[in-house]
Amino acid sequence: MADYRELWKSLDMDLEKHDQLCEVLPKFYDEIYLSQEKRPEGMNYFNFVIAEVHGLRIQELAEHRKNGQKVVGSFCVFVPDEVISAADAVGVGLCSGSDFWIPDGEKYLPRNSCPLVKAAVGAKTSGTCPYFQSCDLLVGETTCDGKKKAWEILGEHVPMHVMDLPQMKREKDKIHWMDEIRIFIDELEELTGNKITEESLARGIELINKKREVLQRLYDLRKEENLPISGKDALLVTQIAFYDNPERFIEKTNELCEELEKRVQNKESVFAEGTPRILVSGTPMAVPNWKLHHMIETSGGSVVCEETCTGTRYFENLVDNTGETMEEQIKALSDRYLNINCACFTPNPGRIDDILRLYKEYKADGVVYYTLPFCQTYATEFKKVKEALDKADIPVIMIESDYSLQDAGQLKTRLEAFFEMLEPKKEIAAANK
Amino acid sequence: MYSIGIDAGSVATKGVIFDGEKIEHVIIPTGWSPKTASEEVLKQLLVKSNIKKEDVERIIGTGYGRISMPFVDKAITEITCHAKGAHYLNKKVRTILDIGGQDSKVINIDENGNITDFLMNDKCAAGTGRFLQVMANVLGKDVSELDDLTNNARPEAITSMCTVFAESEVISLLAKGIPKENIASGIMHSIASRGVSLLERINILDDVAFTGGVARSDVIGRIINDKISKTIYKPPNSQIVGALGAAVIGYRELL
Ligand code: SF4
Ligand code: SF4
Repeated sequence: MADYRELWKSLDMDLEKHDQLCEVLPKFYDEIYLSQEKRPEGMNYFNFVIAEVHGLRIQELAEHRKNGQKVVGSFCVFVPDEVISAADAVGVGLCSGSDFWIPDGEKYLPRNSCPLVKAAVGAKTSGTCPYFQSCDLLVGETTCDGKKKAWEILGEHVPMHVMDLPQMKREKDKIHWMDEIRIFIDELEELTGNKITEESLARGIELINKKREVLQRLYDLRKEENLPISGKDALLVTQIAFYDNPERFIEKTNELCEELEKRVQNKESVFAEGTPRILVSGTPMAVPNWKLHHMIETSGGSVVCEETCTGTRYFENLVDNTGETMEEQIKALSDRYLNINCACFTPNPGRIDDILRLYKEYKADGVVYYTLPFCQTYATEFKKVKEALDKADIPVIMIESDYSLQDAGQLKTRLEAFFEMLEPKKEIAAANK
Repeated sequence: MYSIGIDAGSVATKGVIFDGEKIEHVIIPTGWSPKTASEEVLKQLLVKSNIKKEDVERIIGTGYGRISMPFVDKAITEITCHAKGAHYLNKKVRTILDIGGQDSKVINIDENGNITDFLMNDKCAAGTGRFLQVMANVLGKDVSELDDLTNNARPEAITSMCTVFAESEVISLLAKGIPKENIASGIMHSIASRGVSLLERINILDDVAFTGGVARSDVIGRIINDKISKTIYKPPNSQIVGALGAAVIGYRELL
């Protein structure tokens, strides 16, 4: 990595502490990612992005800001990227998936908060995340209680805008969400000084839809019998989608897909035949939280799909691009976004339908239900999901785990036992074929 | 034709040799090294059954030490092995409660001994053999003496689940002059309740097998029985069920 110390200093970062963080990440990445066999060539770009995660991309953001553009950070897939793009601002997803930030987060938040929230607050307050430092505005949303209260604390450190996300999906909630999108438009117009027009919003919609389409193209390849890419690598691509330059990301991911399509033609797989196919469902996994995928794929399984916000909830369903007036466009945005089935909604039957559908589409053998500790909404929703899966005779295991590796031994045993449990089922299914 | 199963747990390492009918077993403390312990178990098993290593066609390792056994043909988790072991011993078993030295688990199986669901406790010593061990120490007794000590005494409630807090609770109960038998009885109830609450998180099916080192206590088995009103099956040697399952799986692979 080139020398970015001047850049980091200009962002008011704690350089010494940041050095500690930079020391651990590459080794961690090597162990988890570079050790994989038969990795697609196209992953080299994503390796590069990770290697430069605190370097080149940060420099790009700094250049955007020098040109007068604004950087807007968000934490949830409900925040409409289209609007950010229409205001000619640069959006970055600020999810925080490292243990490193937890102690700093715990200075402000109760220990029994979810690690995602703790790490986000810790990343900002410790001044060690250059993305947080590059943001001119953070956009929060009213999803879970932990986040709601964290915005008040983050707001003391950086300008914050909070979108009031409804918790139900009735007609009046849709109207309310349209209102929130309008307020967001005003806020961004004020921040950037750029007027958002039908044309710019249409361009934003087109761009973000393209990003969704390329991710769908990638995920479609994971439906194949012979998996051309590991779950770990696919997860990484989705995670990078949150903060990379969208045009370049689309181009590079399309290139990767072309390579993978060739693999599919040649029936090449990165896994041995008969490796159990796992659908992961639950809470988001932010960089560098690769723990569950790594555990699954080193315990004899393969991840074929994520029903998470770093998976299908991020890119499924496009925004209808036929709207001509601003009102029609806002309605189209609201419709697409309120179609996301996050556990913070009540009731949330759509998520169960999604899990059942994805299980079939991706030809999964079992479901690993993943939740971060202290995430009430996802942990509670497990009961309903399990009932539905039991009824459909779909095996499921619940894994609650944070970012630390303390529980790795027990997790491995549970996952291995789960895969052993799937074996006789698979044999019966094969015999019936 | 012989197969061997070795189960290296946190406290004891168990080995079973199986010829399709008869079984022979060995149990030794795991000590510091599951690798050394499992090698020792293998050696003792061969001596005990008077056969040569070459005559053993399959060795399966299980338990948390399964990854440290270089000589096995295959490693399988203790969950699958317990399921197979309990099913081999009693075809009517559908739910298994296993309480070992450092963890506990419940497993549901179907009529073929295949797992349909399972749960493990949190990574914590509450309600495991370790808990029993610590409490026995405070009472100045050996774990094997606790059953006799309870002697149907009225249980003195132990309110802390956490081993560390329960330890100081027991010390202060002793200081208050509460008879040891009431305290011992309270300890047994505490472990049994943890086992029952784990059971209740799964769909409990008749018959229930109670296995693992802690199942050696008849008193705990009785208390659990009273609480869940299901037929409880206790294998003659509750500690070797995992190793037996491993041996049975190995044997079937030879057929
Ligand atoms: S899980 Fe819910 S709250 Fe979290 S990012 Fe996804 S949609 Fe937002
Ligand atoms: S994982 Fe759960 S608790 Fe954590 S931020 Fe998301 S919804 Fe909130």
